[in-house]
Amino acid sequence: MLANTQGIEDAHPQSAKGSKPALSLTGISKSFPGVKALSEVALELYPGEVTALVGENGAGKSTIVKILTGIYQPDEGEIVIDENRVTFPTAQDAGKAGVTAIHQETVLFDDLSVAENIFIGHAPKTRLGLINRGEMLNQAQNLLNRIGASIDPHVTLRELGIANKHLVAIARALSIDASIVIMDEPTASLSHKEIEETYELVERLKAEGKAILFISHKFDEIFRIADRYTVFRDGQMVGAGRIKDVSERELVKLMVGRSVDQVFPKRAPELGKEVLKVVGYSHPTEFEDIGFTLRSGEILGFYGLVGAGRSEFMQALFGVTRPSKGAIRIDDQVAVIRDPNEAIGHGIVYVPEDRGKQGAVKGLPIFQNISLPSLKETSRNGFLRLVEEFRLARDYTKRLDLRAAALDQDIGELSGGNQQKVVIAKWLATKPRVIILDEPTKGIDIGSKAAVHEFMAELAAEGLAVIMVSSEIPEILGMSDRVIVMREGRIAAEFEGPDLTPEHLVRAAAGIVEARP
Amino acid sequence: MSLATHQASTGRQIPDRLKTPLRRFLASWELLLLCVAVAVFILNSFASPYFLDPWNLSDATYNFTEKAMIAFAMALLIISGEIDLSVASIIALASTAMGFALQLGAETPLLILTGLGVGLLCGAFNGFLVTGLGLPSIVVTIGTMSLFRGISYIVLGDKAYTGYPSEFGFFGQGYVWWVITFELVLFAVTAVIFAILLHRTNFGRAVFAIGNNPVGALFSGIRVTRVKFALFLLTGLMSGVAAICLTSRLGATRPSIAFGWELEVVTMVVLGGVSILGGSGSIPGVAIAAFVMGMVTFGFGLLNVPGIVMSIFIGLLLIAVIALPRIVRQILARRKA
Repeated sequence: MLANTQGIEDAHPQSAKGSKPALSLTGISKSFPGVKALSEVALELYPGEVTALVGENGAGKSTIVKILTGIYQPDEGEIVIDENRVTFPTAQDAGKAGVTAIHQETVLFDDLSVAENIFIGHAPKTRLGLINRGEMLNQAQNLLNRIGASIDPHVTLRELGIANKHLVAIARALSIDASIVIMDEPTASLSHKEIEETYELVERLKAEGKAILFISHKFDEIFRIADRYTVFRDGQMVGAGRIKDVSERELVKLMVGRSVDQVFPKRAPELGKEVLKVVGYSHPTEFEDIGFTLRSGEILGFYGLVGAGRSEFMQALFGVTRPSKGAIRIDDQVAVIRDPNEAIGHGIVYVPEDRGKQGAVKGLPIFQNISLPSLKETSRNGFLRLVEEFRLARDYTKRLDLRAAALDQDIGELSGGNQQKVVIAKWLATKPRVIILDEPTKGIDIGSKAAVHEFMAELAAEGLAVIMVSSEIPEILGMSDRVIVMREGRIAAEFEGPDLTPEHLVRAAAGIVEARP
Repeated sequence: MSLATHQASTGRQIPDRLKTPLRRFLASWELLLLCVAVAVFILNSFASPYFLDPWNLSDATYNFTEKAMIAFAMALLIISGEIDLSVASIIALASTAMGFALQLGAETPLLILTGLGVGLLCGAFNGFLVTGLGLPSIVVTIGTMSLFRGISYIVLGDKAYTGYPSEFGFFGQGYVWWVITFELVLFAVTAVIFAILLHRTNFGRAVFAIGNNPVGALFSGIRVTRVKFALFLLTGLMSGVAAICLTSRLGATRPSIAFGWELEVVTMVVLGGVSILGGSGSIPGVAIAAFVMGMVTFGFGLLNVPGIVMSIFIGLLLIAVIALPRIVRQILARRKA
């Protein structure tokens, strides 16, 4: 199927140069209090082609998606679909006009069936206006077949795994008869095999003549599946064209406005004394018998497939959940951690993977997010001292080069990368001994990524002990002094020095046993 | 660790505030409420020639002082994302307990301890069910609303406890100076205490953080269950305080005492600008809202509006206040589109 559609692609009449765009945006501007998110941007999508939208965090990618799906209204500019000017006052209007979006995390209903999830809100009706279950199941089956998913539409969603849930979300997006499909980082939280399946799906949609907007931070996939590109920088459109006419270097240069080498900071790790020792940490369902040591100045990588229990273990270490067995020693003293407050007290902090839910307290201003775990230091006898809070916030936001209108701005108004900076600033302000970074660069752009890597190296050089959970092999290899591979809740292997190779990591994570020479 | 050495690095300086506190105040719900309060006050003085009499105004304050004391604690609870609908029933149970203690020969100090103690116990019970067992507070407190008042009915039936000592009458009937009642002073003092607690302490900050994102607050080292438990205790305690004042003012305990007050207390809190979804609100707002509601009901009283019409008004007010911000936002969104 895959090879077949690609063969067609080359000779496809629709994707020939000069075809009419399915959708075009011109002169779109959008402002928020204190920030101009988009300034007269243009974007064109062509039927049967994938257009990759690239840009750093805060470049305006999410804003344009929200405008295209009727969540935001542009201040200026026009949207043209098939030569008709349209507006999307609500999300339903966008759906009717044939625009659908597949988000990073789509909300689904665990206790409804697959078919109900797909057709919620627009199920086929009988003449009496009741839901026509037979027809709904039929159509659901057809949709699932179309995207190549072997899922029974009768089963309850709860019974499906993450990857299949993702396919249901895609089926739902396609259940409205859309001609324009927006995919917002569809592969961000998927495993290697699931990513391949997603690419296959994109090829199928292309073959059906859909115009696809593909948002991604991963350059390999952009060059693999996109036909065109559009680059946003600081709310402006700075470049667009055919993928085959551009190189990775040029694209990066357009994105960041300067040339960035995708290299990791060179480090000469000076390992200090042992800070943390974990022995036999176990949890009834999530992980078992985790043990390791960590020295100051060290970056310890945790690699594994999604679901290997890495985040679950880290959250237990941070006191969110309690282990059933096991012990921790900090500076060779036994430490008991029953909640995050005690973990922070022992100098262990955690930058979570789920930034929106666990990291940022949206609704609170930036400076209050930063001072939240440090209130004991900024306050006096339990009374707040705003002057101290602002001072703390100023120091650490400056250090992390935060982009914001003011420190009393709601953190929810910031872009993902800037929210991440605030979360990291919040933890640095507590002056920790051990910092755990869970997928610290997931869903953030190359420029911010490099900054985070640089920063990690800097922290380690200052004597902080760093634990980094990551599913990206280049990041793990580039940053870690030592790597622990987890598989199905257990430590599968540990590598350092010359043993630290991509092959070893992948084999250990997948559970491929080999006879060591 | 010498993190300070890095402050001189590349970052740009972000200003502290986008708007000055004055500009914030000029666009605030509190200012709007203040205008409404003044308008109601002026309307009332036109409605009846007796309204501006100092002793009359003094009486008018009883319309909100007791409810407002509970509303301050309730505001914190609602900001944290929880609610307590059993407050009026806690008054009934605390008052009944005081009457029971009176029958056993308790003097005023012991009566007060009984009222406060029962309030705290009821709050602890609610708090345990919500934070200990993880039940939703709206369901728990609808349950305890029936439970607490039910106990009062079992103890009292159609009887009443009367004969409270004369010095006990001070809390609900006494004057501190001229027309200034003890309750009005207590209202002002609790307003200041709660304003400081919510807006000037670490505890208050934790309340806001929990209301906006309980998971994020937990991951920032805030002891979410402890804070929530403390808020239920506080609400129970303030219900106990209100029970003492009300019992003292009425001089008697009947099981129907303070019936339906939970609705008025919640209305006060929401009218005061506290988001019913949690996460935002202010004590000054609630204090002004209490004043507005007190003056409106008193004005209705002066005009001989029957009680049932007042409760219709309270119901409509509650719906209007919750709906208004949403309607305004939709209109603004339409206009932009």
